[in-house]
Amino acid sequence: MGEGQLAQRKSEVAREGARPLLSVRGLGIRFKTTQGIWQATRRIDFDIAPGERVGIVGESGCGKTITGLSILRLLPGNFAGLDGKILFDGVDLASCSARQMRAIRGKRIAMIFQEPMSALDPVFTVGHQIAETLRVHSNVGEEEARARTLEMLRRVGIASPERRIDDYPHQLSGGMRQRVMIAASLICGPQLLIADEPTTALDVTVQAQILELLRDISETSKTALMLITHDLGVVAETCTRMITMYAGEVIEDATVDEALVRPLHPYTSGLLRSLPHLSPRHGRLPSIPGRVPSITEMPAGCRFRARCAHAAKGCEAEQKLQDAGGGRKVRCWRFAELNLPGALHPPDTSASARVARQ
Amino acid sequence: MTAASAEQRGEPIVSVRDLQVRFQTSDRRATVKAVDGVNFDVRRGETFGIIGESGSGKTTIGRALVFLLNPSAGAILHDGIDPLALSRREFQSHRRDYQIIFQDPNAALNPRMTILASVLEPLELARVGSRTERERQAREALERVGLPQEFGERYPHQLSGGQKQRVVIARALTLKPKLIVCDEVVAALDMSIRGDVLNLFADLQRDLGLTYVFITHDLAVVSHISERVAVMYLGQFVELGPTEEVAERPLHPYTIALLSAEPRPLPSSMRQESRIVLQGEVPSPIDPPSGCRFRTRCPHAQPLCTERVPEWRELKPDHWVACHFADRPNFSPN
Ligand SMILES: Nc1ncnc2c1ncn2[C@@H]1O[C@H](COP(=O)(O)OP(=O)(O)O)[C@@H](O)[C@H]1O
Ligand SMILES: Nc1ncnc2c1ncn2[C@@H]1O[C@H](COP(=O)(O)OP(=O)(O)O)[C@@H](O)[C@H]1O
Ligand code: SF4
Ligand code: SF4
Ligand SMILES: [Mg+2]
Ligand SMILES: [Mg+2]
Repeated sequence: MGEGQLAQRKSEVAREGARPLLSVRGLGIRFKTTQGIWQATRRIDFDIAPGERVGIVGESGCGKTITGLSILRLLPGNFAGLDGKILFDGVDLASCSARQMRAIRGKRIAMIFQEPMSALDPVFTVGHQIAETLRVHSNVGEEEARARTLEMLRRVGIASPERRIDDYPHQLSGGMRQRVMIAASLICGPQLLIADEPTTALDVTVQAQILELLRDISETSKTALMLITHDLGVVAETCTRMITMYAGEVIEDATVDEALVRPLHPYTSGLLRSLPHLSPRHGRLPSIPGRVPSITEMPAGCRFRARCAHAAKGCEAEQKLQDAGGGRKVRCWRFAELNLPGALHPPDTSASARVARQ
Repeated sequence: MTAASAEQRGEPIVSVRDLQVRFQTSDRRATVKAVDGVNFDVRRGETFGIIGESGSGKTTIGRALVFLLNPSAGAILHDGIDPLALSRREFQSHRRDYQIIFQDPNAALNPRMTILASVLEPLELARVGSRTERERQAREALERVGLPQEFGERYPHQLSGGQKQRVVIARALTLKPKLIVCDEVVAALDMSIRGDVLNLFADLQRDLGLTYVFITHDLAVVSHISERVAVMYLGQFVELGPTEEVAERPLHPYTIALLSAEPRPLPSSMRQESRIVLQGEVPSPIDPPSGCRFRTRCPHAQPLCTERVPEWRELKPDHWVACHFADRPNFSPN
């Protein structure tokens, strides 16, 4: 059994067995704008098991970041309301006080972002910032905090951390800053790490290093990972389960292997088919017409309907996230009759496509 | 295709010889060797891909190709002539044939100008034809990139990212260029739209006989669109060849590592068992390593690699590489 299959089996076992670490039910976020109050996300349901690595995918504007931020209750100023429950280890974060949230944030749930500079304070050394996180949440002295910071910097792959610990963020490369942010987020040993596009700004060779680090840490420390990304390749390499979002809703939830080979939702299938492949093909790339609706123009019924090649009578009805068997879920009533292609759809025969180009 | 153009197809439209571009750092204390001795031809009608990590010098090459900046040394010939030897007037009309498009359409479009006015602008600057003639050409260009008539009257903020990039393409097309340098032109677009824009580039090439230099950090994009691809590292080409060859039988350790690092949306049963994870990051172009520039990260580096600069050699027909040991068979992990 391959490593991936094993991991997948483990995640299936984890899902069926133990109580989930995180259980999101009916989560929705509203925002106030000059034109009124709008629903940015709604009816979001998903679970993350202890130590599980779950990818949240979808194009920009689908609500991935908002979902990550709402778990930590780090919502922008024009936030106008939250519906539903966010059960973390049995506690509903949606009804926690600000003080309770401060005790959880950074200690039991940590978050990292695409641009580490936005989270790092330019006027403090990296060592100070990491140690500070530790001292806020636990009763350790200065010396011990420094020792643990050094150890954590080494752990995230920073060579000669004694030389780096007193550097300021601007003295570090992008990859190094992301490592520092990971170190700061892990110093208190959180049970859940939410990573929002952590490698999007990095080069591919550095991205490979960071993804390996995240995978390794999640395996050795049993930290669950919620990896938000628009890159399906990143999810395939890092996670065992993939949740696809569209227009503020979860539209599919499956293991990565199932979602890639046999997606059940037309949007997931469309995304997979629109990706250019490494083996040169030169054929035409399938694409999804139109674009993600903004929060002020959400259509009624199936939100993907205007872009869906399989829309039919019946799709104007509201779609529920339904059980598709084998632990899978999909928000499309036609899923059983559609036989949708995934990432392995037969490529255009490149020879004929190339002739057509001349 | 006419006999003449069939003959011309494959002839170099651009020849780059020993190109060097240097910059002063902002404190003027050091020199950045952004491009350091690059040689290649772009063949008429092809899509020539340039791939590399950020800072490797891709954009600098692109800007030099269209004379947005002048080489510090070496030569760039357009159709066999040196544009720098032309008179000022000849140079101005010559450079219309060589256009460049960048990643961010917002930077290229004036938010206070209508789409039509933006597309008209290059024609007006070049004083092409009468006003009605110019407007006809601008509208035709918009139609070519698949934007309906009424878009001409809109403003950039009313368009999506993909639509704005189409406007920028239309703008470049109005002057009927022979070659377009496309620098990360789909990097800012969403996945589902990227395919559309790549398809548009392919259609325009087929219909207008365009040549592209397609610069990107995205391996899948470059594999999809280009016939030949060059791999850049720290200001130099390390490998150049037919895309299929480079993607499937790479010769340079850096290319092999790049291909291995690319995350692929494939199920676990089809993914590689072990990947090569390069250590460290790209060194500074101010003070690049001696000998082979990749040696500080190369898993195969030998003492010779520190001492001697690897020769740029054609190891297989049309397939070039700069590595002392590229002809040894044990590089690839498979
Ligand atoms: N502060 C805000 N006020 C109003 N709308 C917002 C705000 N933040 C995000 N949105 C909207 O919510 C939707 C989801 O945004 P986001 O979670 O950032 O998407 P993603 O991370 O998937 O790109 C988008 O339509 C976005 O425009
Ligand atoms: N105008 C400039 N002044 C100083 N350095 C520059 C300038 N333009 C580019 N560079 C430097 O030259 C190198 C190559 O840059 P660039 O061509 O933009 O790379 P790429 O497009 O591959 O990311 C980088 O080290 C960059 O910092
Ligand atoms: S419900 Fe209808 S429109 Fe929506 S995804 Fe399914 S088939 Fe397409
Ligand atoms: S010349 Fe040496 S260091 Fe450079 S790529 Fe080849 S083996 Fe590696
Ligand atoms: Mg986001
Ligand atoms: Mg660039």
